[in-house]
Amino acid sequence: MTSIATPSAKVRPASVGLMGGVKQLLRMRETGLILIILALFIAMSFASPYFLTWNNLRAMAMAFAVEGIVVVGMTILLISGGIDLSVGSVTALAMVIAGLLFLNGVDPWIASGIAIAACTAIGAGMGFFVTRVGLHHFIVSLAVMVIARGLCLLGTGGRPLGLYTLPPEFKFIGQGSIGVIPVVIIIFVVVVVVFDFLLRRTTIFRKVFYTGSNEKAAAYSGIRTKKVVFLTTTLCSALCGVAGIIYMARFGSAQPTFGIGMELNVIAAAVIGGASLSGGSGTIFGAILGTILLSVVSSSLALLDVSVYWQDIIRGSILLTAVTIDHYLNKRRG
Amino acid sequence: MSGHAENDPILKITGLTKSFGPVKALRGVDFELRRGEIHAIAGENGAGKSTLMNIIDGIHRPDGGSMLLDGKPVSITSPAMAQQLGIGFVHQEIALCPDVSVAENIFMSVTNTTRSLLMDYATLERKAGEILGQLGDIDPSVLVRTLSISQQQLVEIAKALTLDCRVLILDEPTAALTEREAQILFGIMRKLASQGISIIYISHRMVEIFQNCDRVTVLRDGQYIATKNVAETTPGEVVSAMVGRVIDNLYPAKLGDNERSDEIILDVRNLTERTRFRDISFQLRKGEILGLAGLIGAGRSEIVKGICRLEGEVTGEVRLHGQPLQIAHYGDSISEGIVYLSEDRKGDGLFLDMSIASNVAALSVEQVASRLGIIDEQRETAQAELLGSRLNLKCAHVGQPVSALSGGNQQKVAIAKMLSVNPKVIFLDEPTRGVDVGAKAEIHRILRDLARGGVGIIVISSELPELIGVCDRVLVVREGRISGEVSGDEMTEDRIMYLASIGEERALAS
Repeated sequence: MTSIATPSAKVRPASVGLMGGVKQLLRMRETGLILIILALFIAMSFASPYFLTWNNLRAMAMAFAVEGIVVVGMTILLISGGIDLSVGSVTALAMVIAGLLFLNGVDPWIASGIAIAACTAIGAGMGFFVTRVGLHHFIVSLAVMVIARGLCLLGTGGRPLGLYTLPPEFKFIGQGSIGVIPVVIIIFVVVVVVFDFLLRRTTIFRKVFYTGSNEKAAAYSGIRTKKVVFLTTTLCSALCGVAGIIYMARFGSAQPTFGIGMELNVIAAAVIGGASLSGGSGTIFGAILGTILLSVVSSSLALLDVSVYWQDIIRGSILLTAVTIDHYLNKRRG
Repeated sequence: MSGHAENDPILKITGLTKSFGPVKALRGVDFELRRGEIHAIAGENGAGKSTLMNIIDGIHRPDGGSMLLDGKPVSITSPAMAQQLGIGFVHQEIALCPDVSVAENIFMSVTNTTRSLLMDYATLERKAGEILGQLGDIDPSVLVRTLSISQQQLVEIAKALTLDCRVLILDEPTAALTEREAQILFGIMRKLASQGISIIYISHRMVEIFQNCDRVTVLRDGQYIATKNVAETTPGEVVSAMVGRVIDNLYPAKLGDNERSDEIILDVRNLTERTRFRDISFQLRKGEILGLAGLIGAGRSEIVKGICRLEGEVTGEVRLHGQPLQIAHYGDSISEGIVYLSEDRKGDGLFLDMSIASNVAALSVEQVASRLGIIDEQRETAQAELLGSRLNLKCAHVGQPVSALSGGNQQKVAIAKMLSVNPKVIFLDEPTRGVDVGAKAEIHRILRDLARGGVGIIVISSELPELIGVCDRVLVVREGRISGEVSGDEMTEDRIMYLASIGEERALAS
C-alpha cells in the first residue's frame, strides 16, 4: 500500500520490500520442508521397493497421524510461550484410565470421556501452577511427566492391559477405514484443518499470538494473558487425552509405558515446522510438515535396516540442523 | 574553552563511508574532535550518528575514508582495541551484570586483564567508591539489580571513567537521568574537558547541547552537513540543519481563550494507592491537553496506570463524563475508552515481530472480527491503513513487521493502536521518547488535533520544554502527591522544577 507513503516521505530503502522478503522466507520454510519430504520420497522409492507400497504409506500415515494431534496442541502452547514435557505420559495415562474403567464394566465411550476429562484437568492443574503460582512451564510439566507416568504404572502394575472385549464400533476409531482411508487419518485431518483455521482467523487464538509475541505488551493491550496461557496449557493436555484414546482403540490395549520420549519428537516437529521456543510464531501446517518429515525419516531408516540407535542420532541431527537454519533466517530477518 | 596548548585535533575523520547491504549509512562524513572540547553530534534517527560512533569504537569497520588519532592513521578493529587507544564509549542501552556488585561492574575490564587469581574486593570497592563519589550517592557493594535505571546509567559512566580515556563518547546519557543527576553529569563533563579529555556528546535535547557543548556537528541521511561553534548558532538553525527544512512550529498552537470549555471529561477524586501515591484529585476538561510533570519515580506513570487499572491496588473515585467508573481490569478500561500509551515502546508497547495491522488491532481484535470471532483480514488491513494515513505513517504496507520501522513510525503505530478503539481519554507516557525531531512535531500536532476533536489527553514527559510547549495546563507530582499546578505564563521550567523537587508548601512559605 504505497498510498500511505506521502510525497514528503523519506524513502527508507531498508524497509521497502522487506515484507516481500519475509513472506518469501516464510514460504521458503514450508516449501522447503515439502521439497525435502518429496526428495526423501523419490530417493526412498529407488532405495527400497517396499517404500512406495500402499501398506507402507498407510503405516507411515497412521504413525504420524495420532502423534500429529498432540503436535497441534504443542504448537499452540509453544506459540503462547509455553512448553509441555508431559505429553507422552499424559497420553499413556488417558489409555490407562479408560482401560481400567472399561475393565471394571464402564461403557468404553463413557470411559473415554472420563479419561479425556481427566487429562484436561491435569492440563488445568499445570495451568494453575504456571499462571497462579508463577512457576515455569518446563518445571511444572517435568514434574507432571513423572507423576503421570507413575500413575500409569501404579494403575496397571506395570503390565499392559489387554482390552480384548472392546466393541468393534469402538475399535473402528483406531482400526477402521472409510473407503480406503483409515478413520485415524480422517480424525487427524479434521483436527488439523479446524485448528489451523482457528489459529489463523479467530480472535481467541490471535490473543495466543499476542501473548507469546510479547506478554507484557499483550497485558498492556488489555489481554488477560494468564487466561490465555491457562487455556493453551489445558488444550494441549486435552488433545493428549484424545490421542491416548485413539491409540487405545488402535492397539486394543492400554500400555502404561507408551509415549516415553514422545515429547522430544513432538517439540522437534513443531520447531522444525517453524514454531519458536520463545513464543509468538508457528503454524499448524508447518508443524504437521515437521511431523511428516520426522516420520518419513524414521520409516526410511527402518526400511534401510539402519540400527535403532542410529535413528535417534539422525533425528537429533535433523532437529539441530533445522533450528540452526532457522536461527540464521531469523537473524537476517531481524 | 579548551585552553589546551596543542591545537591539532585528537581525532580527525575524513570522507568516511559505510554501507549495510543496500543501505548507505555514511556517505563521506568528516569529523574533527579537538583536545578538551565537548563536541555534540546532532541528527535525526537514522542520520548516521550511531554508525559513526560504532566505527570510532571499532564495532563496525568503515568501507572507505581515513581516521587519524593524535595525527597517526589508525584502523580500529574492536572495542577492546579502542579502549587501549583511550577511547571510552558509554552506550545508551545499559549493559551491566545485574547480579554482580556495582564495584565489580565498574572494574569488569580490569578483572578481565588482572594477573591475580583472587579478587581483592576491599580495594575494588574503595576505588569504585572514589569514582562514584563524584557522581552521586551509590553504594559500590550493592548488586546492580537493586539500583534504579538512572543510578545504573551513572554506574555505566563511572565504568568509562576508570579507563583513563582521551576520548569519551556519551550516547544520550541523560535519557534516563533526573534533572539533578544530569546537572551533576554536566559538571563532570566540564571537569574532564578541562583536564584535556575530549568528549563526543550525542543528544536529542537542544537545551543540553547549547548549555554544555563547545561545538556541534550535524549529520543528515549519512552525510556531513556542518560543524558550528555553539556560541555562533541557534537551536533553530541546528534543528533546521538536522531535518533539512525549517521546522517553523515544533509545537502547535495552544487552546485559545474562546476555545476553553467547562465540560469535564475525566474527574479523579482522592485516588490513592497503597504505597505509590495518595489523594490525587484533578479534572481533565474538554479540549485541553493536561501535562503530568515530576521527577522519575515521583509516581506520574503509576497514577495513570492506577486509573486504568494496569497496576496497583487503587481506591478513590473516577468519573468519565460524569459517570462513575467501575473498572476491575485494564480490558474494562479499554471498553470504557480510557487507554494508556506505554513509555517503553519496545518493551511493552508493541509486538515487534508482528505486522503493523496486527499491532493496530491488538486493543480490540473483536472490532475487526465477525460476531463468531472470526477475523476479517480485509477489515484489519483497512483499519490500519485508515489510521496510518491519518497519522501520516510511513511504511511500505501494513503487512510489514513493526520492527522494520523507524522509532517515530513505531510510535505512530502505537498511537494508531490507541486510536483504533475510538478512545475518550488517552494517557501518553513519554510520547516522543527516542523519536526524531520531525516526527516529534507531527506527534504533537496529532495530540492537539485529538484534543480539539474532544478526546481527553494527558501527557507525561520528562522533557520540560515538551510539556511547556504542548500542554495547556501542567500538574506537578512530587513523592506521590500533586504538589502544584501551573498554566499560562506560570508554565516555566524553573517553576515546574521547583514544584517537582521542593514542593508547594515551602514554595508558599518562601
